[in-house]
Order: sequence, then structure tokens, then C-alpha cells
Amino acid sequence: MTAFSAIHDERESDKDDFTPGVEPQPTWCPGCGDFAVLKALKGAMPELGRSPEEVLLVTGIGCSGKLSSYFESYGYHAIHGRALPVARASKLANPGLEVVAAGGDGDGYGIGGNHFMHTARENHDMTYIVFNNEIFGLTKGQTSPTSPKGHKSKTQPSGSAKDPVRPLTLSLASGASYVARTAATNPRQAQQILAEAIEHDGFAHIDFLTQCPTWNKDAKEYVPYTDVQQSDEFEFDVEDRREAADMMYEAETKLYEGEVLTGRFYVDSDRPSYGEEKRATGEMPEEPVAERYFAEDAEWERTADQLVERHK
Amino acid sequence: MTDRTLMWRISGGSGDGIDSTSQNFAKALMRSGLNVFTHRHYPSRIRGGHTYVEVRAADEPVRSRGDGFNFLLALGDSFARNPDDEAYYGKEELKPLYEHFDDLNEGGVIVYDEGLLDEADVTETDLQAEADENGWHVYPMDLRGIAREHGREVMRNTAGVGATAAMLDIDTGYFEELIRDAMSEEVAEANVETLDAGYEAAQEFEFTHDLRVPEGSHDTEQALMGGSAAIAYGALDAGCRFISGYPMTPWTDAFTIMSQNLPQFGGISEQVEDEIAAASLAIGASHAGVKAMSGSSGGGFALMSEPLGLAEMTETPVVLLEAMRAGPSTGMPTKPEQADLEHVLYTSQGDSCRVVFAPANVREAYEQTRKAFELAYDYHLPAIVLYDQKLGGEMRSVPAEFFDREPDPDPGAVLTEDEIAEAAHDNSGKYKRYAFEGENGVNPRSIPGQEGGRFLATGNESQEVGHITEDPNHRTMQMNRRLEKLDHIREELDDRERSHQTYHGPADAEHGILVWGSQQDTVFEAVDRLNARGTEVKALGVSDLMPFPELEVTAFLDSVEECLVVEMNASAQFRGLVQKELGRFGPRMTSLLKYDGESFEPGEIVEGFESSIERSQPPAGNMRIVPASGD
Repeated sequence: MTAFSAIHDERESDKDDFTPGVEPQPTWCPGCGDFAVLKALKGAMPELGRSPEEVLLVTGIGCSGKLSSYFESYGYHAIHGRALPVARASKLANPGLEVVAAGGDGDGYGIGGNHFMHTARENHDMTYIVFNNEIFGLTKGQTSPTSPKGHKSKTQPSGSAKDPVRPLTLSLASGASYVARTAATNPRQAQQILAEAIEHDGFAHIDFLTQCPTWNKDAKEYVPYTDVQQSDEFEFDVEDRREAADMMYEAETKLYEGEVLTGRFYVDSDRPSYGEEKRATGEMPEEPVAERYFAEDAEWERTADQLVERHK
Repeated sequence: MTDRTLMWRISGGSGDGIDSTSQNFAKALMRSGLNVFTHRHYPSRIRGGHTYVEVRAADEPVRSRGDGFNFLLALGDSFARNPDDEAYYGKEELKPLYEHFDDLNEGGVIVYDEGLLDEADVTETDLQAEADENGWHVYPMDLRGIAREHGREVMRNTAGVGATAAMLDIDTGYFEELIRDAMSEEVAEANVETLDAGYEAAQEFEFTHDLRVPEGSHDTEQALMGGSAAIAYGALDAGCRFISGYPMTPWTDAFTIMSQNLPQFGGISEQVEDEIAAASLAIGASHAGVKAMSGSSGGGFALMSEPLGLAEMTETPVVLLEAMRAGPSTGMPTKPEQADLEHVLYTSQGDSCRVVFAPANVREAYEQTRKAFELAYDYHLPAIVLYDQKLGGEMRSVPAEFFDREPDPDPGAVLTEDEIAEAAHDNSGKYKRYAFEGENGVNPRSIPGQEGGRFLATGNESQEVGHITEDPNHRTMQMNRRLEKLDHIREELDDRERSHQTYHGPADAEHGILVWGSQQDTVFEAVDRLNARGTEVKALGVSDLMPFPELEVTAFLDSVEECLVVEMNASAQFRGLVQKELGRFGPRMTSLLKYDGESFEPGEIVEGFESSIERSQPPAGNMRIVPASGD
């Protein structure tokens, strides 16, 4: 008997189930790449047989953070940079939930960088979508961690002196077991990659290139793009860390030279997720902890029985 | 304090086994029928550095450290960095001896390890002159030699306990029992031999002191409980099954106890990258339906400010601990202070909507932690247990039956799927988790995974299902609804049979003392002494800090002519809170403040009280008397 009957529900769902009946007017600008993330997510969930109420979508702050307003599921719109720690604890509390976290490049690679590194390292079974538009959008166009060197903005009037973050390499080094990059301009690939990431048993990180037509007019629209799996030009083993690292380095560098390389960059299907690791050490129960509070016959341990004796 | 009180100190370097030895010593005396209380003093160092624990034991109740002490077991610091040179911090090896000269009462007893401490060095400390002047009884013993001969050198502490037993006439059987319970047979055997050898060696002396351990008995079996354990047990019995944290002294104690016990209680502990994550994880686990907590000390709690506000705005229940230490910044990591009061009440942007309790002692620590969980989950807000190194680290004997309690795993204001089906939804099927009207300001929550319960939790201001809004009317309704919860919590707390506030002393006394948190019991002992010598005074110990117990504090201040407000900080934060909350009584209040890293002794409060009432010379030591500003 579960208190959460939406979880593992076999019912069929479609795109519309993930679309709010009373849809708030999106705050995204016309032509914004964020629409593509929403669409891909709405497409991937029914493809995998998920229903809205077994999904918890945790978002950060920024244009990307509004995703949870336009996607029909349980949502948690957290604070800037902190979507990951909220999301991963929800997964530990109730592993049956399909947990997806999302935020922008400032959110994930800047202010929340520490959480990104550690959540990847721990390999929580969840999906993390980073809307990478190489700019701070909602605060009106400041230089972001992924803005190219030399990028001029109101806060970097002479051009950024910093090299951009390398998100794929950072993810791999931190311990993510699925690393991909896709682009808003490639909706078919985006949905496929999202579906794979959600299915993946471990931390799946997607660097999602989302063009910002308002604040980053100079940036490429991320076309034309190349799928590294489809192209004959690139030969590498996606399961080999070293080859993956080389491929990532190349893709990150080429992005700033105008060549958009997308696809799966690293996949490790063997590494156990954090939940599995923690259960193996005996530090996490087999049954979801959240269920216990609703089970009428649950027996609760007493400190008087187990702990007070040693104080006597 | 009577002459039937033993105040025994064991001092040495960090790593010399001071903590474990003192715990066993206290437990042995407790088992022998005495009431015990321990006071812990340690440096921010792993090895070496002067550390001591004081065990106070009497046949009558003990609720505080005493004034000074009457028996010193000085092991010397075997980890001293510069045993031969004059170190920057003074002669480190000798510190555990000479640093106690100021506090040792007249007629006190000193046993020191002459095996470790060089005779010439000891002579330089003026021990002899001090002993003559104060009537001390000094017994140098080669504890190191005894330990080497019968066990191993690290058992110097056990040899010292044996010597103490001989000098105070304590049955070593209690110690032997504890040793055998805790250690492997071989190690236990060596320790027992060392214990006995220490006992016998001490009997070589002709005792000149009168001090003996009192005899006592308990009506009911006792438990030796520390503040951090009481908080952790309160949380476990409240059904808490998730903790996330990052180490920081002194909160680490409670975090460790939870982490060590959660697996067999079917729960989860997470040590994470920082305190921002720690608080955020607790929020995430709670959002998914688990009773969860986090915590830290001042600096780490500062990092929790933003998630704390998120919990207030999203109405996610969570319990946070804040174990204060002397600030600002890194301050004095192992020393107590009560200077984070305003930090905890107001940190995070926007208007505060949280519960803050500051328990007085181990019983209240257990009780109020349970209550914090109950209120957090019934009213969907953060509840904070504010304590300090003093309460966290001190141990006292408490009737074991006090802890014989049923757990309370009630998840609070939560809907089942059947109830969700009956609840109000918007046209798209979202549950109105944040409906503008809620009973006592509360809308019960649905939990992710429940059929029909989907909603959006957001740190933005929101409409009824969670969509972001900036509509002025919606905003005002939601703010009013959230803040209304505090009024209902105050009513609920006022209606309780037992208030969290503690009254002590004759009700008609014209002089009052106000005190909060961990200093309460020390003040109560001072109140007893003042009344015993004919000064009528009463005290109110406050534990509820938010929502503030306006009625109780008003009635108390109305009933006295003058009131001394005792707290361990420099800016009289609690007195300021009283003035802010009540808007009057300023001219009636005077603060007694201390912020030197040492908690008050009862005698200091007596002295401070008298000098404030008599307007006489300022109190000695590091205390300050500061009148309140008028209203």
C-alpha cells in the first residue's frame, strides 16, 4: 500500500498532461530558447510513461527558473543556485519520485557551482538541465560564467577578461555519469537526450544551449549544429573517460569559434547511483522514508528503548 | 552550595582522556546515589592545550556549576608542544595545574602527576606559597609511573581516579564496573589494575583534608544526559528521520549523535558541501514528506539565512539547530556565548516568520526540540532550537523515566490522497496549497507523488496554487496569513499546562532577574542563595523567544520594582528584545553582561545582583552592568 499512488503509475500520458490547463502567460521573450526546453521535457515525460504527479521539477532563479510554472507537475521554485540540494534530498526522501532540476548557467555554474560539483560527485539518480545562454537574462544582460572571453556588458564594459567555464569538463571531473549537450535549435535531439537522461540511473547533466535573442544578440543562434554521434568527423568512445574528456574540450572550445557540437559526451551506465551506494552501506533504508509517515502500521523506534540505556 | 558538595576537576591536555574520564567519574558518582552536573572547558585544538571538566556532585539537586571548586586532579598536558621552553602561551605542560589556582577554593585538594611535571617547574608556579595561603592540601603522585607499571602510560587518568577515590572515600567498584562495561577484557584488566594501584598509592599519604564524597540515594534510576544528546533524542522521538549538516563546533556534537543513530532508526544523515546545501537538503527532504532537520553554529547558520527564508516563504516545515559560540566571525570556537539571538531571530530578508526556542537544560532541550518539530510541521514554518556550547556540552543526572516517552511521528498538517480528492483545486487541477484563507493561517500540504496534489512551491510571492504574483491584494493576504500563524502558535503555547518559561523564587519578591536560554539554572541557584541570606528576589527564565511570551514577561516585570537581565553577550540583546516586544519597562531593567567565553557562576550573579541593587562598586572579573535605555 503506497501513500503516493502517482508513482510508478502505469497509466498512459501525453504532452497535454504536462501542460497547465490554466497556463500562465510565459515571461520568456519571443524567440527564446527556453521554450525548446519546455517542449522537449513535455515530450520526453510521456515517452517514458511518466505521469505529472510522480515528477518533481525543482528550479532555480532566472528566466530558466520559470520552467516549473509552465510545466504541469509538482514543482519547487527554489532560490538562486540551490535547486540541486533541494532536489537531491527529495530524491533521497522518496526515491520513487522522478526528480528533475533546472536552472541557468549563472545558477548552475556560478552561484551554485559548489552544489553542481558535489551533486555530480555523489551521482544522485536525477536529471539536471542547465539552460546555457551565455548571459544573465532576467537581470538584463550581464556577463555570465559561460560568456566568451572579451564579452562586453554593462558590468564588464571593457570586455570580460575571464575564460568561460567549461561545463562539460567540469561535470565529468566532478563525477556526473551522463553528460550531454543539446541545443534549442535541435528539438528532436533535445527530446531524445532528455529522455535518455531521465532514464539514466545516476546524475545526468545536460548543457542545453538556449539562445537569448534579447540580451545576447551577438551570440550565435546555435546553428548550424553538429551531432557528434551522427558526424563521421568525430570518432570517440562515449564510455571512455579520456576520450570523452578530449571530445568535451574540443566542443567547449569550438563553441566560441562558432561551431556547435552537440550530443552525448559521456555515459557511464555501470556506476551505482548514490541511493544504491548509500543503501549498500546500510545508511539508507530500502523502503522510501516518506512512506513511513503515512503507513498506519509503521512501528517507530524509541530512544528510551535503544539509546537511553547507555546513559544509566 | 553546601560543604556536602564535591566539585572535582580533572585537567590535562586535549587528548589526555579528560572527557571520557570525567564522564565515567560523573556516572560512577551518579550510580552511587548522588546528583551530578558537569561543566566542560576545552580549547580549539585536537592535541594538547589546556582542557578540564568539572564534576559537581551532591546529595541534593545540582543544576549548575559551582563557585570555584574543591578538588583538582591535575594530569599536566602530555601533548605540550614546548615542554622545555618558555612557549608563547606560557609553560603549556604546567597549565593544567597553575591555571586553576585562581578558582580552587580555600581548603581544597590538589593531586598532580609528578611523573609528568618536573619538580623544579612546579616550584616555579608558586604552588607552595599559594597552598599555604589558601590552606590547600597538596599530594604529588607519580601517576605516570603507576600507569606505566600496571598498564600503559595513557592510563594516568585512571590512576588519578583511583587516587581520588582513596582520598574522598569512594567505592572503586563503581569505576571498575564502568571500565569493564566499556573496554575489551585485556584493556579493562590493565585499567582496573592501574585504578587499584592509584588507590593504594594514595593511601600512603596521611590525609590532612576533611573533604569526603557525600552519600546519597536516588528514588529512581538516573541517566547521565548531555544537552546535545537530549536535543538529538528529542528529534528522534519527534519522528525526525533526516538530517543534513556540515561540521562546526559546537553543533557537531548533535549532528554526530544523529548521524550515528539514524541508520538503525530507519533514517538518513547527509554530510554535505556547505551549510547552504545543508539547510536546502533538509527543506527538500521535508518537501518530499520526511520530518527533517539541519543546524550549525553561528557562522554556518549565517549561510543558512537564505534557505531559512525560502522555508518561511514556501511554508516548508524544517527544524534548525543553532549552537552558539563566542563571535563575531570565528570568534572563540569552543567557548559559549549568547550573542546570536538577534542573528537567529531576524536573519534572512523580509519579515521573520519562525519559531525560536532556547532551552535551559537537558530536560527542556529534549522537550522543546520535540515541540519545535510539532509546531514546524503543524504550522509549516522553520522552528529553531537555539543553544550554546554550555548546554550542549554539559551533562547532568536526570531520572531515566523522563525519557521513557512515546514517539510522535505525526507529519502534521498533511493531506492523504483521499483528503486531496475533496480539497479545492484550480481549473487545471492544481491543489490550492496556498489558499488565501487557511485554518489558523495553515493550508495542509500535499506531498509530491500523491495523486491530485500537484502545486508549485516558490520563493516568490504566490497565488493559491503557487503561481507567482505581484498583485498587491494577493500579496497582503498571503503575508497576513503566514504571519497569523505566529499568533496562533503563541496562543497554543500560552494554553499549555506547562509553560516553557520557568519561575523561581518567592512570588511576592520585589526584585526580579530575567534570564534566557542556558543561563537559567545558574541564575536559579543564585536566587536561592540570595533568598537564603534574606534578599527577596525571584527569577523568570525565558525559553520562548519567537513568538515572544508577551503576557508572561509583562506580568513578571509588572510585579517587580527592579529587574536585572542576565545574559552572555555585550549588547544586551535579550533586554533589547523585551523592550521591543513590550514597549515599556526600560527604566526598570538593568543588564548584567558577560562575554569572556566563560559561563556565569552562581556567585557571580549574586555579586552582580548586589552591586546593581546597591549601586555599589562594579562587579569583579569581566562582568559589566549596563542600565537599559528609557522608553
